[in-house]
Amino acid sequence: MKHRTRPAALLLAACMAGALLTGCHGSREQAAFTVPDSFDTSRDYEITFWAKNDTNKTQTDIYRQAIEDFQALYPNITVTLRLYTDYGDIYNDVITNISTGTTPNVCITYPDHIATYLTGDNVVVPLDGLFTDEKYGLGGSELAFDGPAQNEVMPRFLEECRLNGHYYALPYMRSTEACYVNKDMVESLGFTLPEDTLTWDFIWEVSEAAAATKGADGVYAVNGQEVLIPFLYKSTDNMMIQMLRQLNAGYSTASGDVQLFNDTTKDLLLDIAGHTASGAFSTFKISGYPANFLNAGQCIFAVDSTAGATWMGCGAPLVDIDPSEIVEFETAVYPVPQFDPAHPQMISQGPSVCIFNKEDPQEVLASWLFAQYLLTDEVQIAYSQTEGYVPVTEKARSTPEYQDYLSRAGEDDDDHYDIKIQAAQLLLDHPDDTFTTAVFNGSASLRNAAGQLIEDVTKGVRRGQTVDDAFIDQLYTDTAALYHLDSVAANGAAKADLGPLPGTAAALLAALAAAWACILAYVARQAVRARKKVKKE
Amino acid sequence: MKKFLSVLLALGLAVSATACAGGASSSSEAASSEPEATPAAESEAATSEAAAATGEVMTYDEYMAAAVDEAVTIESCVQAKQSYYAEQGTATVYLQDEDGAYFAYDMACTQEEYDAMTEGTRIRVSGYKAEWSGEIEIMDGQLDEILEGDTYVAEPLDVTELLGTDELESHQNEKVKFTGLTVAPSTIEGDTTEYAFLYNYDGSGTQGDDVYFNVEYNGETYQFLVESYLCDSSTDVYKAVEALEIGQTIDCEGFLYWYEGVNPHITSVTVAG
Repeated sequence: MKHRTRPAALLLAACMAGALLTGCHGSREQAAFTVPDSFDTSRDYEITFWAKNDTNKTQTDIYRQAIEDFQALYPNITVTLRLYTDYGDIYNDVITNISTGTTPNVCITYPDHIATYLTGDNVVVPLDGLFTDEKYGLGGSELAFDGPAQNEVMPRFLEECRLNGHYYALPYMRSTEACYVNKDMVESLGFTLPEDTLTWDFIWEVSEAAAATKGADGVYAVNGQEVLIPFLYKSTDNMMIQMLRQLNAGYSTASGDVQLFNDTTKDLLLDIAGHTASGAFSTFKISGYPANFLNAGQCIFAVDSTAGATWMGCGAPLVDIDPSEIVEFETAVYPVPQFDPAHPQMISQGPSVCIFNKEDPQEVLASWLFAQYLLTDEVQIAYSQTEGYVPVTEKARSTPEYQDYLSRAGEDDDDHYDIKIQAAQLLLDHPDDTFTTAVFNGSASLRNAAGQLIEDVTKGVRRGQTVDDAFIDQLYTDTAALYHLDSVAANGAAKADLGPLPGTAAALLAALAAAWACILAYVARQAVRARKKVKKE
Repeated sequence: MKKFLSVLLALGLAVSATACAGGASSSSEAASSEPEATPAAESEAATSEAAAATGEVMTYDEYMAAAVDEAVTIESCVQAKQSYYAEQGTATVYLQDEDGAYFAYDMACTQEEYDAMTEGTRIRVSGYKAEWSGEIEIMDGQLDEILEGDTYVAEPLDVTELLGTDELESHQNEKVKFTGLTVAPSTIEGDTTEYAFLYNYDGSGTQGDDVYFNVEYNGETYQFLVESYLCDSSTDVYKAVEALEIGQTIDCEGFLYWYEGVNPHITSVTVAG
């Protein structure tokens, strides 16, 4: 049996981030990076690459192969790989290392995290100048490899890496969420799956019907088992964010004004509470991985990342539960449920790559060359095939190799596992239907808060609490305080209490006031003297 | 008078320059120390959430009889603790007394309380009973009190003969030991090499991650692990597993954690032959 490690809660180190980044404003402050005229190949460079994988050996092998191939092209650059399986751990380690000036050179990251890194001066390298550099930029003339030009990187994904008017990252891989459905169970309940898009109404209706099959003996007629979670959602922050987006309801403004705690959110939470009460819904944090329940015939609608598709379905190449517990069923793959199926909206997610600034511009340039190498067709295609990811460049997508890969869905339950390729195809089929949330210093907290609302409502119902307007109002207050959302100003900066005026400042103001008083007194005295002099004359 | 004013203004300018420097510094600090993420208040909030659960202390039998999601309060003794999660003010703790064992996942406590909890320390915990992928645990719990008086350190129960039986699950979370196990090979997909251990279950990790190893007993193979939050790479057990060789006979101690089946968190490995 394989095991996926139970993740620690992905709550980010707020105060630690703040406190440690404060240390950036000191002796370790670095000069802004400027692109050197040429890359000095007479020198040796050692760069570090912090990478995240999905606890997937193939992914780590691809990273290693990419490093090996890159080093063959640039023998004077040595890349050291450090592996993570959790974005939160990378974030925490980066924060710690910013204060000591020991950041990695190249790092897999999320734009939300970069927004925090940017609170330090010149910590993350803006990539605008590098993108367009004639020799070493995207598709540059002096590159030792065939990288994509800027217009070959999917513009929507590239735009996700833009913060405060500058590009601070390159997209590396993209995914979205998918709804993996036990089609057999839906049909056994007398429903027919729609052709293209699931609606929230449909999912709730089927889930309620499934939950209602529970007999007096505790066994659900629909699956013949004592366990059934009809609708199970992995990432409840995504769930809330997508629901609000589909309803065109408030979440945040682009500048960081928090709008999450609104009436639409309340209606959604009360609706979720009702479905939880009837046993139709639960979450990963409360019950476990959706894939385990889906594959055991204990879940009908499992929402998880397309980058988790290799765990989904009874033929999944990756499995956590005992093989004897897996039931046979047909898996259907859909976009996340929608309120308006004619205008589907789904989250865009996936890793990006940023570069940390160093004193030596040549070292930064070496880092940039490696980061750019990760966008070559070989790396993009190989990595995207490990899960339901899609390449971020049109260049890679249009290769015969990648098209051949897509066309062979279902040929086997490994490289061409049909659920995985369907999940990737889902994102490819919706190039204009994805979105991301605004990124600002504090956006990571807001995201966590959005999910926490659903978690707390679901737990509240399960624990016999009355979930009503008053409960939600209190939850809003508690959640805003917990995630410091009541102290984030509209521009994403904190509304800090600056405390009493320092003594030096008070002395300064007093001195200035005294000086101006004396000046005025002197001017007045001179004026009086002048008048007296005129009178005497 | 002019001289006096000049001196006063010069002084003002000097003080002003000093204050500006400090001000700039303060200003940037204020901006960067903005409470970006979450948790400082995490423990406080976790505490208030769990506070609702605080009630009469249950016996072990009452706890086991309680339904999932029911509020529970228990008193038991710390057997081991995973590393403190400062960002959210929690720690995961293995508890056991004469009657049975508990697993308190992400229990809210302060750093000082965490430090005060040593092996055997008796504590009172309130939270909600939960089942996560087969593991029975206290979720959203809080440390109510560190209790003075009796301490208890469990002797590991030898459950070797229970491997592969349904009865094993009834000892969930207990401190246990296994004797006379044989180190069995672990493999990585697409690689025929046999390894005595892997970083992460599939070999995708590096030193510092959880270490998995297979053991064989009575012809059946079981997967054990050293949980890095409980025993990191500096511990003896972590190093002992890194030094294992296929075919060795070993004795193990640890806690009978459950994840979709038996998934012991090993704390001690002794090579017996």
